[in-house]
Amino acid sequence: MGFEPRIVGFLCNWCSYTGADLAGTSRIKYQPNVSVIRVMCSARIDPTFVLKALATGADGVIVCGCHPGDCHYSEGNYKTMRRFPLLKKMLKDFGVEEDRVRLEWVSASEGQRFSEVINEMTDKVRALGPSRIRISLDADKVER
Amino acid sequence: MDKKKLQIALYWGAACGGCDVAVLDTNEFILDVAAACDIRMWPIAADGKYKDIEAMADGELDLAIFNGAIRTSENEHIAKLLRKKSKTMVAFGSCAHLGGIPAMANQFNKEEIFEKAYLKNPSIQEGNAAVPTPHTRVEAGELEIPVFYKRVYKLDDIVDVDYYLPGCPPAPEQVKAVLKLIVSGGPLPAKGSVVGASDRALCDDCQRKKEEKMVKQFHRPWQILQDPERCLMEQGILCAGSATRSGCGVRCPNSNMPCRGCYGPLPGVVDQGAKILSAVSSIIDSKDPAEIEKILEGIQDITGYAYRFGMAASLLQRSVR
Repeated sequence: MGFEPRIVGFLCNWCSYTGADLAGTSRIKYQPNVSVIRVMCSARIDPTFVLKALATGADGVIVCGCHPGDCHYSEGNYKTMRRFPLLKKMLKDFGVEEDRVRLEWVSASEGQRFSEVINEMTDKVRALGPSRIRISLDADKVER
Repeated sequence: MDKKKLQIALYWGAACGGCDVAVLDTNEFILDVAAACDIRMWPIAADGKYKDIEAMADGELDLAIFNGAIRTSENEHIAKLLRKKSKTMVAFGSCAHLGGIPAMANQFNKEEIFEKAYLKNPSIQEGNAAVPTPHTRVEAGELEIPVFYKRVYKLDDIVDVDYYLPGCPPAPEQVKAVLKLIVSGGPLPAKGSVVGASDRALCDDCQRKKEEKMVKQFHRPWQILQDPERCLMEQGILCAGSATRSGCGVRCPNSNMPCRGCYGPLPGVVDQGAKILSAVSSIIDSKDPAEIEKILEGIQDITGYAYRFGMAASLLQRSVR
């Protein structure tokens, strides 16, 4: 059997999680590689969460929030919009491939789009292969 | 050896020597330490050989103060040796605490570092390039040097550490306070404590005026004329104060330089760099992705900035390139 990536998905409660729910109730099929963690707002995603997911074995991380202008808390997603590009710059320096970490806006009515986003993300991470982060960290404990 | 005196050793791993100078910066107080303690080893200031430490009984030292990170097999060997011979071990300074400046090298692998330092360095004469190897045969016999590790570790990756005294270097007043406590034999804090530092953020102690933090442009400290009264972040100068433990006496912002984060993360924080990154991005005054990208171009090296001292203690620890 080929490599199946483990992806952690952080979804905002108001738009993206509801969008994922809609995909479910509409019986839209998508690849089962994402483990979803529901958060109240995409702005709740401290960069620590993304780093911890990667450090503990995730092959990819996807963060989904409300479209700009649609945030339940009016400005939360703008904070994510500012934080994410800087985090991506930093991850590049750590040798994390660009496609492993992704930010997408998914509304509550976009069940179809949610499934497309997840399928695309899963395909890209599968093509990249397993993340080397966890493996390297474990190896460092044994071999200096 | 005077049995009644405290038996102590100070040692440096991968470090610049500034931590040892910080101990000496306690000025004449160091004489009180010398009067109350037998300094069994201190490479920068006193004699004492590795074989003397090796000859000691386990736990013979009351205190080992270790500064510097673990870069080579020698650093690891002495760290383990001192741990075995001491009752209490203190990680002294940012390098022992979090990896410090040496751990920034974890952005590169050993081959890249060797190439830069020993093969392509402009100061190397033609035909003289050579990479250090642990064993070299010469006419007189075999030479041995320590093994250069693949990456840098912080002290507690290698041995059990009792206390952490942060700072690059620790402020002399804090060093003095900690040494005083040890010399006086007073009750020590719980094992694993960060000592000689506060539990608050540097911003809490910084006297600069803080108002609205939203900026359209980032600057390096030399690029603008700063207002010495006002928060540096509000002026677009990156400052790690909001994500850094206080206790240093706000030395950098008081000298018109931004906080560099050397006192490490606040209590409960897992990854200081992630918090610095979060703080920096939160002050960008824009809701347009293209403009945000453009504003971010003003930040030269976010990884080096966020993990100037904490790379080895971070969640990712090193580049996997």
